[in-house]
Amino acid sequence: MADIELVPNAKSPARIGQPELVGELTTLNLGPTHPATHGIFQNILQMDGEKIVSTEQTIGYIHRAFEKIAERRPYYQITTLTDRMNYCSSPINNLGWHMTMEKFLEVDVPKRAQYIRVIMMELARIADHLICNGILGVDTGAFSGFLYLFEKREEIYEIYEEVCGARLTTNMGRLGGMERDLSSEAIRKLRAFIKSFPPVMQEFENLFNRNRIFMDRLINVGAISAERALNYGFTGPNLRAAGVDYDVRVMNPYSSYEDFDFIIPVGQSGDTYDRFMVRNAEIWESLKIIEQALENLPQGPYYADAPEYYLPPKDEVYSNMEALIYHFKIVMGEIDAPAGEIYHAVEGGNGELGFYMISDGGRAPYRLHFRRPSFIYYQAFPEMCIGSTLSDAIVIMSSLNVIAGELDS
Amino acid sequence: MLSNQKVAETLVKKFGDDVFDFEEPYGLLTLSTTREQILPMLEFLFNHEKIKGNFLTDLTGVHFPDWKGQEFAVVYHVHSLVHNFRLRIKVYLSEADLHIPSATPVYSSANWMERETYDFFGIIFDGHPNLIRILNIEEMDYFPMRKQYPLEDATREDKLDALFGR
Repeated sequence: MADIELVPNAKSPARIGQPELVGELTTLNLGPTHPATHGIFQNILQMDGEKIVSTEQTIGYIHRAFEKIAERRPYYQITTLTDRMNYCSSPINNLGWHMTMEKFLEVDVPKRAQYIRVIMMELARIADHLICNGILGVDTGAFSGFLYLFEKREEIYEIYEEVCGARLTTNMGRLGGMERDLSSEAIRKLRAFIKSFPPVMQEFENLFNRNRIFMDRLINVGAISAERALNYGFTGPNLRAAGVDYDVRVMNPYSSYEDFDFIIPVGQSGDTYDRFMVRNAEIWESLKIIEQALENLPQGPYYADAPEYYLPPKDEVYSNMEALIYHFKIVMGEIDAPAGEIYHAVEGGNGELGFYMISDGGRAPYRLHFRRPSFIYYQAFPEMCIGSTLSDAIVIMSSLNVIAGELDS
Repeated sequence: MLSNQKVAETLVKKFGDDVFDFEEPYGLLTLSTTREQILPMLEFLFNHEKIKGNFLTDLTGVHFPDWKGQEFAVVYHVHSLVHNFRLRIKVYLSEADLHIPSATPVYSSANWMERETYDFFGIIFDGHPNLIRILNIEEMDYFPMRKQYPLEDATREDKLDALFGR
């Protein structure tokens, strides 16, 4: 039998400068439907024993052609597409899209609507981070924290329900404001949440933050330098964990974020533990913002005086001629937008969520592109996990908070 | 602080006639360049000690089938995080010759964004390490975001409602 030279993945960066392999590599399929991927995407790992030698990512399993569909939809119907990108924090996507269009159409949104939006977006951020950090606990073998936090996430979803009627794919807000004012029930639930959430979060932090086993699993795992993170287009908590204090809410304030007092937590080493800690700290900051917004909630209308764009309240539609006309025109997509192009970004759960839109003056965008943060930073995954073990790769992926819907658009 | 005016002047001084079509939609400096100059321009912005355009926010393509000779555009959004300055660069390509240098030597993040642009528009990024489809299946033989592929017409009648449930 002739000698067969085994040079698997000779091109892999990790192979350079390492001694030749003597054994055989194992190919391991992590995904598409693996419990640890928390979504549908595939990683083909080449393993040398327990060490990862190379990984090849395959994505696109739930690609739904949102950008193509958006080219035929009237502007207000695109909101439902944005829901389905980062479905862990859909209100941020919805309201981000409304704000893009409001900037484009130069609609001034009243302060009250802006504050309600801030409350909802920060709730969404808390829900998003709770899932990410809770699941990180599950992936390291601690289920209880996740289960405990889910009760609070449920309370957030009940507030969504009170505000917009839906829980997961919220379709929240309207172009020009909110679809309805904050009801007294919603305010009661918000106050109850602000009161009951801190002890639970504190207990979660007590359980994990200084937990020896948890720290050993996370510290120095999947570290990335600030320079590499920037080069890879990281944004959001993952970038801040590497020590860069970039937050769209502060750099380019939208929806009155400049009115609130909060800090941007940053990490140092950009490892999995820092990402976990940054998210935890951000949850506390979000809570602070919600408290301030609720305390200083301005009086006034909850939607802009822009009848061509704001879908009128239903009771007016049935009693007011103008409202009926505009309702008809908006629903039938007969409102044309001016020609032009715009880029607007909001701070999503995972980072800078951008909307780049070109309009040729019709009822639908000529071209709409979503800048999806996890699509851009997930490409750094091989660099972060090559050389580490399989169990490390799982927690790295979990701490990056890759959401399949956002990845594939 | 950087102003649109200053950055535009810096780029004109460096690249001369190769930067043109200056615009400021919603305050965002927008300019066009040629495909020969795009990589030098990105490198220039990246390494410039004042501008520090070290962050590629977005890279995407647009199809303009009616614009003869410049049917496709590649749009770059560069962000200088130090100065919080954003810049949009466009490169128009003719349908007959859809080649453009890859931005991956400057920004690692361009890798998947260029694959996505190739996947949907068929724009070929020369020098890209792995230019294959990313979101669509590999067997696909067309580029779906081009304007000649419309979505299904909602008013078509050749499908039976009884079978397709509409």
